[in-house]
Order: sequence, then C-alpha cells, then structure tokens
Amino acid sequence: MTSTLTSTDRYQAAHEQRQAANDQFTALRAQAYKRFEAVGFPVARKGNERWKYTNIAPIARGEYEISESPASANIEEIKPQLPSGDSWQTLAFVNGVYSDELSTIDGSQSEITVERLATTDASLSDRLGSVAQIDEDDGFGALNTALFADCAVVRVTGEVDTKSPLQLLFVTTEQPQPTLTSPRVLVIAEKFSKSVLIESHIGLESGVSFSNAVTEVIVEEGASLSHYRILEKGHESFHIGTTRVRQGKDSSYTSQSFAFGARIGRDDLHVLLDGPGSECTLNGLYMTSESDHIDNHISLTHAKPHATSKQLYKGILTGNSKAVFSGQVLVEQDAQKTYAVQRDMNLLLSDGAEVDTKPSLLIYADDVQCFHGAAAGEVDKDAIFYMLSRGIDAETASRILITAYADEVINFVETESLQAHLKKSVAKLLPVFHF
Amino acid sequence: MLEVSNLHASVSDTEILKGLSVTVNPGEVHAVMGPNGGGKSTFANILAGRPEYTVDSGTVSYLGEDLIVKTPDVRAKEGIFLAFQYPVELPGVRFWQFMKAAVDAKRKHAGEKELAVREFDDLWKEKAEQVKIAPELISRSVNEGFSGGEKKRAEMLQLAMLEPKLAILDETDSGLDVDALRTVAISVNELRTPERSFIVVTHYQRLLNYLTPDFVHILVDGQIVESGGADLALTVEESGYDRFIKATAS
Repeated sequence: MTSTLTSTDRYQAAHEQRQAANDQFTALRAQAYKRFEAVGFPVARKGNERWKYTNIAPIARGEYEISESPASANIEEIKPQLPSGDSWQTLAFVNGVYSDELSTIDGSQSEITVERLATTDASLSDRLGSVAQIDEDDGFGALNTALFADCAVVRVTGEVDTKSPLQLLFVTTEQPQPTLTSPRVLVIAEKFSKSVLIESHIGLESGVSFSNAVTEVIVEEGASLSHYRILEKGHESFHIGTTRVRQGKDSSYTSQSFAFGARIGRDDLHVLLDGPGSECTLNGLYMTSESDHIDNHISLTHAKPHATSKQLYKGILTGNSKAVFSGQVLVEQDAQKTYAVQRDMNLLLSDGAEVDTKPSLLIYADDVQCFHGAAAGEVDKDAIFYMLSRGIDAETASRILITAYADEVINFVETESLQAHLKKSVAKLLPVFHF
Repeated sequence: MLEVSNLHASVSDTEILKGLSVTVNPGEVHAVMGPNGGGKSTFANILAGRPEYTVDSGTVSYLGEDLIVKTPDVRAKEGIFLAFQYPVELPGVRFWQFMKAAVDAKRKHAGEKELAVREFDDLWKEKAEQVKIAPELISRSVNEGFSGGEKKRAEMLQLAMLEPKLAILDETDSGLDVDALRTVAISVNELRTPERSFIVVTHYQRLLNYLTPDFVHILVDGQIVESGGADLALTVEESGYDRFIKATAS
C-alpha cells in the first residue's frame, strides 16, 4: 500500500512521536508546533520583506521522511569528505542521529563541555528556546523546535586554545526518500570564557534533503566566541539555518559563514548587542554555481552604547545561481557611540548569475558612526590582461584572482587547520568558478 | 627581431594607428615619442596583445612569426614584455605567487623545468639587487598600496625576472620625480644586453637623458613622421612637437 500522508500529517506524526518521549522539552515543543500550525512556511512573499528574494515553495512542497532510525551510511567512506583537524573535538550527527564513530569528544578539555539531550542538565535546558523566540521567528524556527529529537548543548567555562576548536558536525547522506533533519544547538559562552566553535552542515547526497537548523548562542559578559559555520550541500538540497545570538557586556562574538552551495540555503542570523562595550564581527563567503540559491539574512541590533559591529560578506557566483544579501543594522536610541560598518561585495562570473544585495542602516541614536556599501561586478579586465602579459595563461590567472578574492575572508579565520580546510574547499570548486 | 609593416589599428572603431612601419633589430633601443593622442600607447599595447585594440590591417612579425595571431600570454612566454604605464593592483595576490607563476609559465613554454622554491627565491634576490629594490616586496600584494615610483621599479624587477627579448616601456617615466626617474633609467641600462631590444614610449625627452636610444621615432596621428638618432629627441626638447604636427597637417 502506498502512503498517502500529506506533509502536514508527516510533521504532526513526527511531532507526536517526539512528545511521546515526554522529556524536559515537551511543553516547548507543544508551543512551537502550535506556532507552526498557525504561521506555516513563509511562502507568501508579497509584502514579506524577510523573504522577498527567496522563494521557499520548493521546500514547502517537499514530502520528507522524518525518521530517527540510525542512518545507513558507510562511515569510512564519508569520513574523508568531512571537515576535520588533528586537535578538533567533534560531536557528529549523521542524518539527525548521533554518530559515535564520527565523534571525537574525549572529555580532555574541562573548560568546554558538550552534552546531548539525554544528558543535558535541567538548568541548561531551561535556556534552550530563550534566545530563539518561537513567537518572533517564522515557521522554520517553530518547526525545528516542534521536531528536534536530539540537541547539542555547549557550555564554555574557561579559555580554550584556538587550535582545538569544538566542531558540531551535521551530515546528511544519500537516503531512499528525501529526509528532514532538525539540528538544534545551544551555546553558552560563560563569563570571561574564550572558545572556537565550528558548526558544519555537510550534505553528501545527490538527491533531496532538507536540514532545518536552529542555533542559539549566549555570549556572557567579557566572553569571546568565534563561531565558524560551514554549509556544503548538494545542488538538490535545502538548508535553513536560524542563528540567534545575544551578547552581554564587553563580550566579543565573531561569526564567519562559508556557504559552498545548496539548492536553497538560507543563513538567518540575528545578533543582539545587549551589553555596552560589546563587539561583533560577521563575515561571510558564499560561492554559488548551477542553480544554487544562497541567502544571507542578517539582522543586527545595537541596543546598548559603545558597541562595535563589522560585517564583510563576499560572494562568487557562476552558472544560473543566485545570492541574496540582506543585512539590517538597527541602532536603538540608547546605543550612543555605536560604530557599525557593513559591506557586501560580489563577483559575477556568468551572465546567468544574479545577486540581490540590500545592506541597510536604521539609526535612532544621534552620536554614532555607521557605514555601509555593496558592490557587484565582473573580474577586472585590466587585472586579467596584466597577468596574461606576464605569460600567465587565462586559466591560471582566473584561479589566482578568484582565490585571492576568497582568501580575504578566509584569512580572518584564526584556526589554521580550519583555514586550510576552507582553502581546500575553495580550490575544489575552482574548476567551476572561472571567467 | 620585430618588423612592423603598414600597421593600422583601432580602439572601439576609432582608427588610431594609420600605417605604422618600423624595424627593430636585436640589442637596439628605439624611442617612440610624440604628442598625446598620437598612438604611442596604442602601439605598445598592440604589441602586447591587449584585447581592446584591434589590428585592422598590416603585419607584425616577431622572430619571423606572425605576432598578431598569438594570445598575450604566449607573446609574453616568447619574450615580449610590456612595462605598464599604470601597473595594475592585484589585491590579495602576493608578488611571490604572481612572479613564480609567470617565471614557471615561461620556462614550461620553453620546455624547461619549473624552478624549485629555493632557486626562485635566489633569482628574486639577485634581480632585486640588480634593479635596486627591497626584496621584501615579494611578500606584499602585487602593486597594492605602492607609490608611483615603487610600481615602476616593480615593473623593472619583473622585466629583470622574465628576461624578455623585446621589452616595451609604456610611458615608464610618467608620474615619476627626477630621482625616481633616474633610478628606473639606471636599472633599464643595467638590463640592456646585446640581444635584448627595447621600445621606449615616452612623451618627454628627460628619460632619454639617462637612456641613450639608437633610434628615435616621432609618432604623430598614427604615423611615424620622422626617424633619426638620439639627437632627434633633443630637437623635440627644444621646439616641442609643433613642427611635426604642422608637417603632417600641410
């Protein structure tokens, strides 16, 4: 007999199955499902500025398997394709299920702990859902909260060497049916701690998959957190990432996002600078090809005085791909002495590639310094001729110029092993990205 | 080495060169002088193969082969070097990487092995010494943030590294003060050999005070209106280009 379940039936069945576990998140999930039922997916784009340039109808239309059964993945085969480094500690999930084989947490670092749902202590689990507000976000965040079966709760209490980052790795592999996973992360960088976190969403399938992630980050007073995010999905896969960050007094948060492709990939990042003297750097590199669509949606709020924010996003687009950069910096009335700079640059390598870039500043304080800018263009013809005139052939010139363009963002990465991984990822894509 | 015959060339459908002919033999230094808009830079760029310039008719033979059909990178690999009037900044591209790629490309074209890192570094140091430029330049991005003088000296260093058979200097003196001009001119003299030819494109005679040409050509309105020895440049210095322009007009 063939299944005649609609998508909604599937979401409801999965939600009920989660609730049967009767864990500490039962009430939260129930509230989230109600919200999802009420708002659904943001398919109506008319008048909806948040989704103006990204049509998620293909995601909403999909019928996904939402299973918790362990993945039938050949770990040895997929291992070499995953981001890794010698001294990284990795907590891995394959198709939504914790993978002991790919995880390398050895408990040797007392300054940082990472727990999964089963072991999370109640005092921490109370904070899940406190930064990503179900009622404020759209249906994706609510659906994740209604459906998440496991989660990673990271707590940083001291200073962790930048050479030893913690990686939260979410891998999807080839499945008989399109599959929905709901990665869920809570990071608490406690007072005066310092750490590096890598959040990787890797899709190894050639078919359809949909990962709908929510990451909540609390950066407490004086704490410093570098949060690197890697999105490497196939040309048929969907990824919606909702990241919500709240920063305390004198804290420092750096987010660097690297998106190397997805049929639709959205990075929805909100940062609330909720303490005076806080600093935040949001950088990103996106490389899109074929019919990829990558959307960086950033909302940054300066709520307190003397805070600084810097944003640098760079895109390289080819084929018929599309990218969206929509970045809003809101400076509230109390946020005097704010310094904010925002820049988005794009390199268009084909006639079919398209970018919608929309940086914006909303300023309600009167003593601030804010700058923004956006650009889209082709490779500089003079630069190409200069290299040709030195005997460098067009292919090599293209490789050198595009790599240099991408490196401006990658060179900000302070963990060398991650920098090396990212450079390798770029190099692997270069045959597709040329002029 | 180079034989240009009745060359007509245009930029975006405007004819700039209107029948230019010149022959350059190995080891000779030719100065091409003329008023602005006369076609000096067009001539230099045509030889290097800049795609915005179109050859309409005439021939250019280099080492006995048709030059026009070759792509700019092949011309460079076969020994043509253009020192740019405005050297291009390449943000994020290190000089090391840029020059290593160029030197290796040329060697590969000649059927030679690529240089080992050590060999390349030694060559760089030797050539930097020769053209009096700080070798530390190698770790910087190509021309980025360089002063006008540094850019031109960096061009000379590239010339030294690539050891061309025919070097074309396009208004290398523009934007340089007297001291910088002298430094550049001295390094060009250093790089002269009995085999290597130079085409020096310049508006002013002052570069030629340090760099004595074998031939001087006056290029006006796309044609060479007069050719002579080094003393022809002095005539220009004294009386300007007016007399040549009038000569064409009449």
